[in-house]
Amino acid sequence: MSLAQVETVAPEEAGGSLGRDAWRRLRRNPVAIAGAVLVVLFVAAALLAPWLAPYPPDKPVGQVTPTSIPGPSAEHWFGLDDLGRDEFTRVLWGARWSLVIGVVSLLLGMAGGLLLGLLAGAFGGWVDGVVMRLVDMMLSVPGLLFAIGVAAMLGSGLDAVMIAIAVVNMPVFARLLRGQMLAQRRSDYVLAATAVGVRRRRIVLGHILPNSLTPVIVQGTLTLATAIVDAAGLAFLGLSSNDPSIPEWGRMLADTQRYLSSAPLLAVFPGLAIIVAALGFTLLGESLREALDPKYRR
Amino acid sequence: MSASTGPSRPDPPERGATSGSPESDPLRGSPEAGQGNGPAPSGEPLLSVRGLKVHFPVRRGVLLQRVAGHVRAVDGVDLDVARGMTYGLVGESGCGKSTLGKAVLRLVEPTAGTVLFNGADLGGQSPERMRRLRRHMQMVFQDPLASLDPRQSVESVLTEPLRAHGFTGDRSRRVRELLDLVGLPSGAAGRYPHEFSGGQRQRIGIARAIALNPELIIADEPVSALDVSIQAQIVNLLEDLQEQLGLTYVVVAHDLAVVRHVSDVIGVMYLGALVEEAPSDALYAQPLHPYTIALMSAIPIPDPEVEERRRRILLVGDLPSPVDVPPGCRFHTRCPFRRPTRCADEVPALRETRPGRKVACHWAEEIAAGAVRAAAGAHDPAATEVGTPSS
Repeated sequence: MSLAQVETVAPEEAGGSLGRDAWRRLRRNPVAIAGAVLVVLFVAAALLAPWLAPYPPDKPVGQVTPTSIPGPSAEHWFGLDDLGRDEFTRVLWGARWSLVIGVVSLLLGMAGGLLLGLLAGAFGGWVDGVVMRLVDMMLSVPGLLFAIGVAAMLGSGLDAVMIAIAVVNMPVFARLLRGQMLAQRRSDYVLAATAVGVRRRRIVLGHILPNSLTPVIVQGTLTLATAIVDAAGLAFLGLSSNDPSIPEWGRMLADTQRYLSSAPLLAVFPGLAIIVAALGFTLLGESLREALDPKYRR
Repeated sequence: MSASTGPSRPDPPERGATSGSPESDPLRGSPEAGQGNGPAPSGEPLLSVRGLKVHFPVRRGVLLQRVAGHVRAVDGVDLDVARGMTYGLVGESGCGKSTLGKAVLRLVEPTAGTVLFNGADLGGQSPERMRRLRRHMQMVFQDPLASLDPRQSVESVLTEPLRAHGFTGDRSRRVRELLDLVGLPSGAAGRYPHEFSGGQRQRIGIARAIALNPELIIADEPVSALDVSIQAQIVNLLEDLQEQLGLTYVVVAHDLAVVRHVSDVIGVMYLGALVEEAPSDALYAQPLHPYTIALMSAIPIPDPEVEERRRRILLVGDLPSPVDVPPGCRFHTRCPFRRPTRCADEVPALRETRPGRKVACHWAEEIAAGAVRAAAGAHDPAATEVGTPSS
């Protein structure tokens, strides 16, 4: 068989797999590095709190009166709280609770949202219509208000908070996945797979879904940030666990309200912690989006 | 591309009651008794399309959507494609030629009309039957990169059709065989689409299309997304494969040069309908339909002296919207040969004016005889232009 000469098989200059390419761009982005550092700090604090914390989180370790709450010192870096507990220890342990609440509620919300989105995107037609109207209804209520409602309905407690945040995030993921899948469904490679006789289920699960997941990963990272903020917000409003020994950042903020004039730093430290955690995930998510978006490919 | 009688035809699509039984080896099915070796020289066409229409509804309104009209992408097309032949389908972009190709495979659901493949009506087949039937007719896509899943290795792209149709043989051997057929090294199997050049990607797409030993391949603008230097390679590859595998092609293109080179018969489409159909050489020697005449006059002639005297007909205006197809002859709004009678109010049938040639024009004979001249300024000042276009 004589064919015209074949162009040489060589990886293009842009080279590497899609993932490697994204990874390279991520590493070169200072914003991504900053985000990653904050996230690592937060996760390390959460995981290592029992070993890093110098004092027990739930026991008074110093003398305090409502009028004299000692500020930062060599023994107590962040000072003591209103019940004489070490503030630094409590902020560290708070990272633990925030991470657990954030991750669990994210996973729950993502699972529910992806399931809804998959149904809508794979079947279309009236299934799509019903699912998307449901999603529209959920999205029409402001997020935190919706979460408060759900949490209040379920009764207070950490479970209620996690489920409430998950429910609020579900429609976001459902809409995102559905949109991605619809776009992929019209693509040529799906048509090509249909032409060579690939079955519908395999086309949806093997081609459309994997190619629709990239923005979901980005959204997941960003959602983790809002989940942490929402969890703190719910706790601040008293919708979290009733157990005062659980050091939860939002709750710590609420508890120090009364001492805002005498010991303002007690509000600053948990507040900063919330900002650091949320900022870390937001920066990381945004730079992930840039790295994975083909529009930024060079 | 001459009508090659391929070495051994793969089995024709299952007809009638053979459904349900999975083929033991879908790639090398023995030819049915009576089918013999190769196609009958002038038997029934492999593909026969009758009155095919694809209309897409145009919806208006926010809450209560109502159908405000139809995009008549394909609006009643009849055509026959003989075995081993190449049927070229040309026309401006947006004339419905790609949709026609997809509708034949029922990748786009036709609104009306019938498609007979090997004598079997493809309309009304269940999705599962259609899925099985499609292995006899495959498609090559315009944009090779878009037609390949970015997350799929070449090996996976090529084994997917085999797995889908229960091929039990040695898959990796078949992959190497396919890569060899399309002129790619066997090392390509482990690579991903973005690692290849455009021409190589199209080779992968072609390898996928021939993986199941189909009889018919519909190539939708197979080279238009490629560099000119690569186009010839892909065209040659398609021709070689036709010879080796006894394929029948429908090649959709807007590039008249490509189509002329590969086609035995050419159909010219305008606004969703065929306006002319003729053997390739005859069409280029003397186009009969005004639209074809205008298209041909736009091809530069590689001879400076002839080029100098080339009379170029410029079509006025844009392609009318396929939602609002002009009444009468659909070309009359832009036709330089338009006559005051019949053109605007009577739909011309696609009729055989001479053996083997079909034209949908009331005045085809008169135009061919030179009795009707292109109107210079008769209806529109810019309708024709005599001179030397410099481009």
